[in-house]
Order: sequence, then C-alpha cells, then structure tokens
Amino acid sequence: MRFSRTSKALGMVAIAALALTGCGASGSATGSGSNGGDTSKVILADGSEPQRPLMPADTNEVGGGKVIDMIFAGLVSYDPSGKPVNELAESIEGKDGQHFTIKIKKDQKFTNGEAITAKTFVDSWNFGAAAKNAQLSGGFFESIKGYDEASAEGSTVDTMSGLKVVDDQTFTVELKQPESDWPLRLGYTAFVPVPSGALKDPKGFGEKPVGNGPYKLADGGWQHNVQIQLVPNPDYNGPRKAKNAGVTFKIFQNDDAAYQDLLSNNLDILQTIPTSALKNFKSDLGDRTINKPYAGNQTIAIPEYLPEWSGDAGKLRRQAISMAINRDEITKVIFNGARQPAKDFTAPVLDGYSDAIPGADNLKFDATKAKEAWAKADAIQKWDPNETFTIAYNADKGGHKAWVEAVVNQLKNTLGIKVEGKPYSTFKEARNDATAKTLTGSIRAGWQADYPSLYNFLGPIYKTGAGSNDANYANPTFDKAVSDGLNASSVSDGNKAMNKAQEILLNDLPAIPLWYQVAQGGWSDKVTNVDYGWDGVPLYYNITGK
Amino acid sequence: MSTYILKRFLQLIPVFLGATLLVYFLVFSLPGDPIVALFGDKPVNVAVAAKLREQYHLDQPFWMQYLLYLKSIFTFDLGQDFSGRPIATVLGEVFPVTARLAIMALIFEGVFGIVFGLIAGLRKGKLFDATVLIASLIVIAIPIFVLGFLLQFTIGVQLGWAKPTVSSAATIPDLILPAIVLGLGSFAYVLRLTRTSVIENMNADYVRTATAKGLSRFQVVRVHILRNSLIPVITFLGADLGALMGGAIVTEGIFNVPGVGNRLYRAVLSGEGPTVVSIVTVLVLIYCLSNLLVDLLYGWLDPRIRYDS
Repeated sequence: MRFSRTSKALGMVAIAALALTGCGASGSATGSGSNGGDTSKVILADGSEPQRPLMPADTNEVGGGKVIDMIFAGLVSYDPSGKPVNELAESIEGKDGQHFTIKIKKDQKFTNGEAITAKTFVDSWNFGAAAKNAQLSGGFFESIKGYDEASAEGSTVDTMSGLKVVDDQTFTVELKQPESDWPLRLGYTAFVPVPSGALKDPKGFGEKPVGNGPYKLADGGWQHNVQIQLVPNPDYNGPRKAKNAGVTFKIFQNDDAAYQDLLSNNLDILQTIPTSALKNFKSDLGDRTINKPYAGNQTIAIPEYLPEWSGDAGKLRRQAISMAINRDEITKVIFNGARQPAKDFTAPVLDGYSDAIPGADNLKFDATKAKEAWAKADAIQKWDPNETFTIAYNADKGGHKAWVEAVVNQLKNTLGIKVEGKPYSTFKEARNDATAKTLTGSIRAGWQADYPSLYNFLGPIYKTGAGSNDANYANPTFDKAVSDGLNASSVSDGNKAMNKAQEILLNDLPAIPLWYQVAQGGWSDKVTNVDYGWDGVPLYYNITGK
Repeated sequence: MSTYILKRFLQLIPVFLGATLLVYFLVFSLPGDPIVALFGDKPVNVAVAAKLREQYHLDQPFWMQYLLYLKSIFTFDLGQDFSGRPIATVLGEVFPVTARLAIMALIFEGVFGIVFGLIAGLRKGKLFDATVLIASLIVIAIPIFVLGFLLQFTIGVQLGWAKPTVSSAATIPDLILPAIVLGLGSFAYVLRLTRTSVIENMNADYVRTATAKGLSRFQVVRVHILRNSLIPVITFLGADLGALMGGAIVTEGIFNVPGVGNRLYRAVLSGEGPTVVSIVTVLVLIYCLSNLLVDLLYGWLDPRIRYDS
C-alpha cells in the first residue's frame, strides 16, 4: 500500500501530536525516560519517619537521609558505582591534600529563588559544625581547620578558620592535616548548602525544607508518621534529573506490612525485603528483584579492655574465633545469599577493594587451625572453662538473633567453649554499653559507609581513640599506616596504603569481619528501570512507570 | 447524681498524678541513653549531646524532670519530641486515628457480639449455638497477630478486597479490616458473656411472669431478657474501649495504621519520655472516663441501682 504525499504529512502530524501529548503530564503510557518507560508516574516507595527535623547536618539516619539526599544537591554526588561526579562544583582542586580551592557553578538557585554562592557553602558548613547549633552530623566537618574551636562544649565560636570565601564562585578550605580522600566525602548529605532562612530558624526549616536537588518537598508534603511527598524540581540540571513525576515515601513501622503492600501493588518499590519473606520473595516477585552488594559490612567487635582478650593470648583467641566461623554456611543457610562472606574490613563495591590482602586467610573457616590457635593462647594464659564468651546484639530491629545463634553454635562446636548470645532489648541500650566501654563480651557491629572510601571503614573505627572504636583498639603502627594512606598523593596510592593498613588489622582482628551487606529489594509490575546505588539505596530518580 | 459525677471527676486527679509519675519513672529507668542512641553507630559528639540533653531536661535528676513535665502540662505546652515538634500536635494527629479504629472495633464487637450471643442464648444447645461457641473458642485461642496476618494476606493480598495496609488518610473503609481484627478477640468474649447472661435470665421469675401475662415473645426478649442481660456486657465494653485504644499496637503494626500504638512504640524505643507519658496519660484518662460512663449507664439499664451522693 502506498501513501500519497498528503496522507504521509498528515501521518507525521498525528505522530508528532501523539509524541507531544505523551511528553505532557497527561498520564499517557509513552514518555521520554532514558530506557523508555512512563515518566508521568509517581513512585510509591517505603520510608521511615525521620528522627530529627529535615536539616542536612542534623540528619544521620536512613529515614531522613534518603529524603535529604533527594531534595538537596551538594558539590558532588555519587554515581551508581560510588564515583563522585560534580553537581554544584565546577572544580575541586588541592595539590597537597590539605589546601583545597573549590569553584562552584554559576547561576545555581534554591527552589525559593535564593542564589547559591561560595558564601552559602561556608555559612552552611560553619552552622553544621558549631556546637551551639547542636547538629548531629557536625562531626563530618572535623577535618577542617578551626573545627575544634567551634565544636567545643559551650563554645560561642561559630565559624571555622579553615573556610574562606574568595569571591561569589570560589572558596578555599584548609584542613588540619593532609587527607587525600577528603574530596570524596563531599557527596555526604552534611556537606550540602542550605538557604539563609535555615540558619535563622532551623526547626521551622526542618519541617518544610527548601533545597536545590532533583526533587522538592510538595506543599504540606511531610505528613508525619504517614508519608513524605516529593515532586520533581524543574530547575535542577545536574546528573540526577528526575525521570518520574515524583516520589512518595509511605512511612512503615515494619517491613512486613510494606511487603504485603508490594505484593498487592500498593507500593512500587521496597528497599529491603523483610527477613520473613527472604525465602519466598523470588517466587513472589519473579524478575522484579535485585541482589546487589553495597558499601556495608557486619563484624563482631571484641573489646581489648577485657583481660582475656588483650595481649598476645587475646590476639590468638580472636584469630581462633574468626577461623571457627563458617561464613559460607551462614550466608547461605541463614541469609539465603543476602550476605557475602567477608574477605577484608571494607566492602567490595569500593574503589581499591581487594579480596586477597595478606592475612585474609584468617577469615576462612578452618577448624583445625582454629583449635591450634586457641590451644596456643591457652599455653600463654589459661581460659577458664567456666567462663562464657558472649556475643551481644540488639533485639529490637535488624533480625540479628538468627545469625548470632548460628555463630554461637559454630564456636561451641569448634572450640568446645561456652558461648552465648546476649540480647539487648533496644539498640540504645547496646550503644550505651559500647560507648561507655562497659561491655562484658563481644558485640555485633555494623558499618554503613557515609562516603565511598576505604578509609571510612578503617579510620573512624580502628584508629586509636576514634569515636566508633568499640573494641578500644590501639596500635600506633596501624595509625601510622592509615595516615600514610591519607597523605598519599593519588587515590590509587592511597588505596594501596589503606590495604597495607588492613594487613595489620587482619592479623590483630580487633573486630572479626563476618560478611558484606547485600541490598535485596523488589518492585511492583507498575515500574521499571530500577537500580540501586553503591550505598544500597534505590536510585529513585531513575525509576519510571512501565 | 451531679455530686456523684463531681466526686468521680475529683477522683481523676490522683489517678492522673499517679499514672504520670509511674510512667515517667518507668521511662526514666529504661536502660540506655536516648541521646547517645540518636547518634547511631556514629561517634558521639560530646558538645552536641550536652546541648540536646539540656534541651530535653535529660541532664536533670528524676524529680526535677518530672516537675518540669507537670509544669509543662499545666501551661498547656507538653514540650517537643525528638524531631522538634510539639507533643500536643503529635497527640492531635494520632489520637483521632486510633479513636476511629477503636470505636469501629467496639461497634463491631458490640453489635455482632450481642446479636449472636442473644440468638445463641435463646437457642441454647441447638446447632447455631454450638457452631458459635466453637468458633468463638477458636478466635479466643488464636493470638491476635496470627489472625491479623492471616486476614491481611487472604483478604488483602490474595483476594484484593481491601488494601493490606491503611492509606495515608486512614479513612473509615480503610480501617474496616483492622477494626475487625482488633475487635475479634473481644467479640468472642461479648458473645459468650451475652449468651450466658441471656440463659440465666430466661429462667428468672420475672421472665416467667412476663410470659404468663401474655406479653409477646419479642417484648419479653427485648425488655425483660436483653436489657437485664446487658449489664455485665456493658461493663466489659466500657473497660474494653480503653484496652482497645492502648492495645491497638499489634494491629496498628500489622496494618501500618499511623495511630497511637505506632507512635508510642517508636517513642518507647527511642526513649522519648515526655511523648510516652503524654500518650499514656491520655489513654489513662480515656479509660477512667469510659468507666465513669459505664457506671452512669447502669442506672439507665437497671433503675434499682442508685448512686450514693
């Protein structure tokens, strides 16, 4: 069949008209997503009620964190593999790892029209660090010169001397000491700029935050304990441009209810499949699931302030414990593959990760070697056979009981000692004993990276006197190795040095690495283009309707 | 009568003080520092922690904290929760939802429990009676969360007759399924209570007299049997309203209802003393008031009951 010229032309017009209506918000089934998909769909996702007002520097938990991440844009953001990409930054330059010059892009605005300049950044960071503002994530600015003065208890200093505005588009940062991976941190939510109104009335702002990210909060969008509605920010022009008509986080008290909602298509995406559904979710959801490692791990920290666990005998005992745990079996049987056996102290998604660091053998199950190591330790200092080795965990959330019991049984069977799980009824109770250094045995410790860097898994946890050093580990050689890594001139040299430092940890085992976290999520048959980021959070901006 | 009511209201004052003191003390003695917990796995920033403790009076001794809390009640400013919102606003959000849920459950258990119980009692020993007795026994024996998950999965997910969780507005149609689950246990009790009571009254002298007088069966049942049988049932229902509101935690968790139970659970876990105490105090007051209402209803149901003033 042939078309006449006129009918062809009419056909073109008709196609164009169809395409136009498709691009509009008419709810038609065609759209312009990168891989196809309907861009007019509002994505229904699961969330939890933020603990604190939605102030970037005051938010340190997942519920508020993922909202902040979507309504704010910082100097850089991380791509799905964890590589930083410039968002507001034009360039971040620093030759010696201590002095940085940051240039920001021109004509950037918050959704209320306020311009974002170098001063906005400096003011926001100073606000976050100053003790008088009591921001929970203030510690993220600790490397900047002048942080100590601003953050001291009762301090009235509200600026850090290391931050200087050069002109509207430029500011400089001076750190206390060289830290080559510092620019990697700038994608963390504490480093985003906030409008001037936020600094005057943080509480009011936290209810109705105004940002500059790919999304903005809808009018009255935060219905406490119920839902948080985000709509696309049309002025955003960075790498995370929204490909849907908005994201609504429905707040759930428990994942089981969320899973039922997902099964009946009342929820589009569930970030984490609840433990109770791990056995069935693949048959329930078919190919609408994801199984992807992210930057988090699980360890058992054994405090060195306990006499049995200090010195050479303690070290041998920790090696024995580590080799007595069959990680492959637990990740398969208990977690159905939702975890991967650990081969180091970091996580496999990170740049510089290696699964063959000398000493990684200490993390392999080997009953004979474990018994030998325990016997050697006994030769130095006898283990009282009536003593019970405890593994503490919080029983309120996270589903830790099952794997703790499994580890307990493996230790009993291999080493022939008394082992028990010690449940704390709440997380806060467990943290209390850990921070007060009053633990009477080991404690489970999980770490989720704040920014994609090997250092983030080592420095804050194992450096002498570090804030999250539950094991009270103190080893000057390790401290030196880590600071060598920070002083390295390039990222790859830095990574090599970090893995050198890990050799020391793998021998000392202040904590026993168990497994890497794997994000296991699922989605409804109404959405497509679902992927997860390096941190185990779905890339909500990329999700489209079918 | 009015002196009686006034007296009952005055009795609420010590109950109120006792309840707040007790609950405040319990929350205070919960192990763990709520401010430390706010930092999660992250290092605790001492200066920030000190500032927050001061803000929530957590640096004060127990008596001081309690007195400050009482002061805040009498100035109608209940303080703030950890996300910086006035607790009064939080109460205003969660109580209407749970009240709706509890009243719906109460209506369900009241209407169905009394009707079924009455029929079963009147037909004692027949097939209907036996079926209802066995069914209610099963309902009482199965824990409420099992019933909840079962109904959620069958009716919500498989049949798709209702949404498995409650929508953001928590409307009345949304709450039907959760209300049935919440009321099921009490429904079985109401049914059995009514049935026993009806059977007792059927053999009473005044019922025989009424029948002998030539009153119709309907009138005998309505005026002489049912009304007299309702006294123990009303007592149970009145006490149950308070129990339903406080006991909705499990049901609210299963169906994700944004109500009192959900908020209370979170407040207990995070150690937000003033939020816990405020919610519990309102629950205690509701319990006391619904009991007062029941006592007043006795007089209407049975004119022989007089109130001492």
